[in-house]
Amino acid sequence: MDRFLQLTVTGLSNGMIYALVALGFVIIYKSSDVINFAQGDLLLFGAYLAFAFVAQFGFHWTLGVVLTLVAAVVIGVIIESLVLRPLIGEPVISMIMVTIGLSSVLRAIVNAIWGPRPQSFPSFIPTQDIYIGSAVVGADRLIAIGVALAFLVVFTLFFRFTREGIAMRAIADDQQAALSMGISIKRVFALAWGIAAAAAAVGGIILANIVGVSGDISMLGLRVFPVVILGGLDSIPGAIIGGAIIGLLEAYTGGYVGQGLNLIVPFVVLVLVLMVRPYGLFGKEIIERV
Amino acid sequence: MESGIFFTDYRADMALRRKPAQQVRLGLFIALLLIFPFVASPYGLTLANQIGIATIGAIGLNILVGYTGQISLGQGAFMAVGAYTSGILAARLGVPFWLSIPIACLVTAGVGVIFGLPSLRLKGLYLAMATLAAQEIVEWVITHWTSLTGGTEALVVPAPTLLGARVNTDFRFYWIILLAAGFTALFTANLFRSRVGRAFVAIRDQDIAAEVIGVNIFFYKLLAFATSSFFVGLAGALTAHYRSIISWERFTIEVSILYLAMIIIGGLGTINGSFFGAAFMILLPAFINNVGRTLRDVAPLVATLLPAVQQGVFGAVLIFFLIVEPEGLAKLWRNIKDYFYVWPFSY
Repeated sequence: MDRFLQLTVTGLSNGMIYALVALGFVIIYKSSDVINFAQGDLLLFGAYLAFAFVAQFGFHWTLGVVLTLVAAVVIGVIIESLVLRPLIGEPVISMIMVTIGLSSVLRAIVNAIWGPRPQSFPSFIPTQDIYIGSAVVGADRLIAIGVALAFLVVFTLFFRFTREGIAMRAIADDQQAALSMGISIKRVFALAWGIAAAAAAVGGIILANIVGVSGDISMLGLRVFPVVILGGLDSIPGAIIGGAIIGLLEAYTGGYVGQGLNLIVPFVVLVLVLMVRPYGLFGKEIIERV
Repeated sequence: MESGIFFTDYRADMALRRKPAQQVRLGLFIALLLIFPFVASPYGLTLANQIGIATIGAIGLNILVGYTGQISLGQGAFMAVGAYTSGILAARLGVPFWLSIPIACLVTAGVGVIFGLPSLRLKGLYLAMATLAAQEIVEWVITHWTSLTGGTEALVVPAPTLLGARVNTDFRFYWIILLAAGFTALFTANLFRSRVGRAFVAIRDQDIAAEVIGVNIFFYKLLAFATSSFFVGLAGALTAHYRSIISWERFTIEVSILYLAMIIIGGLGTINGSFFGAAFMILLPAFINNVGRTLRDVAPLVATLLPAVQQGVFGAVLIFFLIVEPEGLAKLWRNIKDYFYVWPFSY
């Protein structure tokens, strides 16, 4: 029972970190129909930016985080206008490959500036152990859960009630109709990338706090695909719930079965979901069949 | 003076090489390929062999992605299946390589069909996800099925023997790879002049319309996966024998991405593009490496930056081609040919 509780807590906190990454995917996909293979690298970039501001320049961590977020938004907007905008309307494979190219460039920049060696992240997030019943969990993991849930609320409200949020949904639904209603696609796409980059930066900071700053962070980008597919590519609650399910599944298979199966279970789930219900748990059902 | 291509009979229209200039170019190219190993440096030969293997893999991937329009991120996994099948057959069972390679190709084709099954319901993005899962699953199987593959340890493949001679030098391997690449290119060129190939292209262009005019999508999509995987398996098997040591690290998702980059930079749905792309993606890192090595003495900083530069250039080139010339090097080559062909009437 103790073991079960411990695994549940670990799995949930891992799942919430996945959810934070998945949110970035969802926001970009929801507005521009682009699946962003560079999301993990935005995470990496955010983590290193925060590392630079706090550890290298010696700013107070609040200022450092704010600067990181601002920088992330700027980078997101630049990426959108330089790389993604010329490709609007191109086939899926071009979109996939351009974000893969982007991921390569981002990683190269990080590598060139900060070098390949892992660094320890300045610990401004408390990491002491907290006991829930008989299970132990780091405070930083609890913070990850809190941030993910806060994001869930904020983004759900954003997409439901704000002008920009509604514009994003309109464009995702029907680009031409949205254009003819006077919505600027360019602004909305830029905004989406800005938000996604900022969300990734927050995820990167939290993750770096747990595992340290190193190139491995970007690997999470690929590992999160099962989460977004399971939850539904265009659903924010889906990202959170998908994250929780995958996180728990990994923790249980890792704890009870072992054999490194926990690394592969998410992908098995991915295939099963694609076969049975490709739009995921909460995604919009617009799968075309032949 | 000519200003276009005009045929007066069907025979000429259906020929594989339709213009005299094409035949001359092909002749020159073949002559170059035959002379090359006798004049090239050992380093040049190594590069040529790598390009040859990559060309086979790229053509294989192009059959699936470029011609049939099914996105695959599982190239690395399929190459791994080919490499390990042939490698295990040769190393553990002593099967001669002229037999182990075709078996490896067929096994890979079978695995390709299995992982092609999701394509019956999925396309575009979702298919990319399914093949990504295939990649991860195959990688996991290789690293964990220790009794068969040796797990994370490298598998040593003995040098093949052909006609009593051990094929263990770049020079001898060159001919095998040349033969295999030539067969692949010729087969593919003819495939897309046949009923089957045209069905593939119809599925790519408009799958619903293809179904309506009587193309059995179920059958042809799986056939495309099988044909593509066959050649990808060939590339994998050749890699195994050429390198004589294989480990799973050679077939990660990075490989899948590299091959996709090759066919995009070379040109989707073209055979010469597969060759151009393969050559480009093999020569570019080698070129950067050489520049880096020369500069290392002048500026020691260059050596530490080299991996980052490699990675950055890879991404930048990919983005550049997607934005500026989505049809790749094959299109550039065609533009050059057309320019001279219709000169001075460039319209």
